[in-house]
Amino acid sequence: MASVRLLIGTKKGAFVVTSDGNRRDWQIEGPFFAGWEVYHLAGSPADPQRIYASQSHAWFGQVIQRSWDGGKSWETVDNTFVYEDPVGDHLWYDGTPRRWEFKRIWHFMPDTDDPDTVYAGGEDAALFLTCDGGKSWQEMSGLRRHSTSSQWAPGAGGMCLHTVLQDPKNKQRMYVAISAAGVFRSQDGGLTWHAANRGLVSDYLPDPRAEVGHCVHRLAMHPDRPEVLYMQKHWDVMRSDDGGSSWHEVSGNLPSDFGFPILVHPHDPRTVYVIPIQSDSLHFPVDGRLRVYRSRSGGDEWEPLGNGLPQKHCYVNVLREAMAADRLEPCGIYFGTTGGQLFASADEGESWLTIAQNLPAILSVEVQTLP
Amino acid sequence: MIKAGPEVVVPVPSPHTLGNLIDALEVHYPSLRHTLRDQEGNRRPYIRFYACRIDISFWSWESGLPESVVQGQEPLLVVGAVSGG
Repeated sequence: MASVRLLIGTKKGAFVVTSDGNRRDWQIEGPFFAGWEVYHLAGSPADPQRIYASQSHAWFGQVIQRSWDGGKSWETVDNTFVYEDPVGDHLWYDGTPRRWEFKRIWHFMPDTDDPDTVYAGGEDAALFLTCDGGKSWQEMSGLRRHSTSSQWAPGAGGMCLHTVLQDPKNKQRMYVAISAAGVFRSQDGGLTWHAANRGLVSDYLPDPRAEVGHCVHRLAMHPDRPEVLYMQKHWDVMRSDDGGSSWHEVSGNLPSDFGFPILVHPHDPRTVYVIPIQSDSLHFPVDGRLRVYRSRSGGDEWEPLGNGLPQKHCYVNVLREAMAADRLEPCGIYFGTTGGQLFASADEGESWLTIAQNLPAILSVEVQTLP
Repeated sequence: MIKAGPEVVVPVPSPHTLGNLIDALEVHYPSLRHTLRDQEGNRRPYIRFYACRIDISFWSWESGLPESVVQGQEPLLVVGAVSGG
């Protein structure tokens, strides 16, 4: 029988959570790296026993961990992340120039074919690549060479590169998203990049339709339809049908179009999930009711899914990296909250159970579907 | 009670400076790289170095270590922040 392994990153360590394919009984292992922030863990699609973890701490910096046995044991690798010269400046919160400075890795994207190859998105925003299983990392500096990079500015969480996507049909085509710069697309495997923000409207910018400066919270792609991209922006849920060349809004009947994660159903490219949050200054579910919203039509028309989720007095947040889906049939949906709750649905979101309710604040949720 | 980490002994090449000692520590324990010093080589604010009952955190990396540390009679203490976590 197939099984499911969840990789949970939290403010105070990582947890590995497993179940068989029934997804009713769960075992929780951890915390690993207790006391440290774990922004993300990701398994290699080519070898699921290979897992990479980003462990960081405001006092001690970044530590990269890897496991070759599915998360049972871990080893440190290398922690050197160097920005290529000239390092240059970006904008700080107050609008003044500030030199790029490495803080942490937010996101891993292991290659689909080679378990030693991993892309990593960093703060301050940059894309790094390892081809030796994390022993060494090189910046793919073409991204920061973009003509607008001196205008990029941090979102509230820092100037993070939080999403890396690769077109499985054409691996030369890649996308990254930076908060708060926007989306960038490469057609040459990450050597050069172009802004891909046409159609985004951000009223907090002097020019709401500017080339860059948009606070994109998350992108999602289905491998069968890689030209279709979904976006949860600071405000607005957006879709592109042309590989990021243009975007249009699909917020439709959502009670709020502010939120962080966005997820595509693993078996249906037109089914999308978001978790509406009250507003940019009120990071909790609308009306204190925690509900996932699902669209079966690629957006615009959304239905609430709250069966089993707290429907009153719920004032947690769900962060951008904290929702994922398994590949079973029917698929399972998982998300974690800043209140330490981990929720699972084994029926595509129709009903939910609570796997854990007292973990540290959850930063990331990844799923591995194991044979 | 504060728990101290393990005491380790590492060979330090000459000259016996603070910087060479931390370099040697990182060679033997690569996972410490960039945790005591940031990506640009500066001491992280929440890390202190003590030796012979004095705070040598503000010494330059080129500073020579106290002779009793060089002789192995006194440890160099790497002290992390003792709050939070």
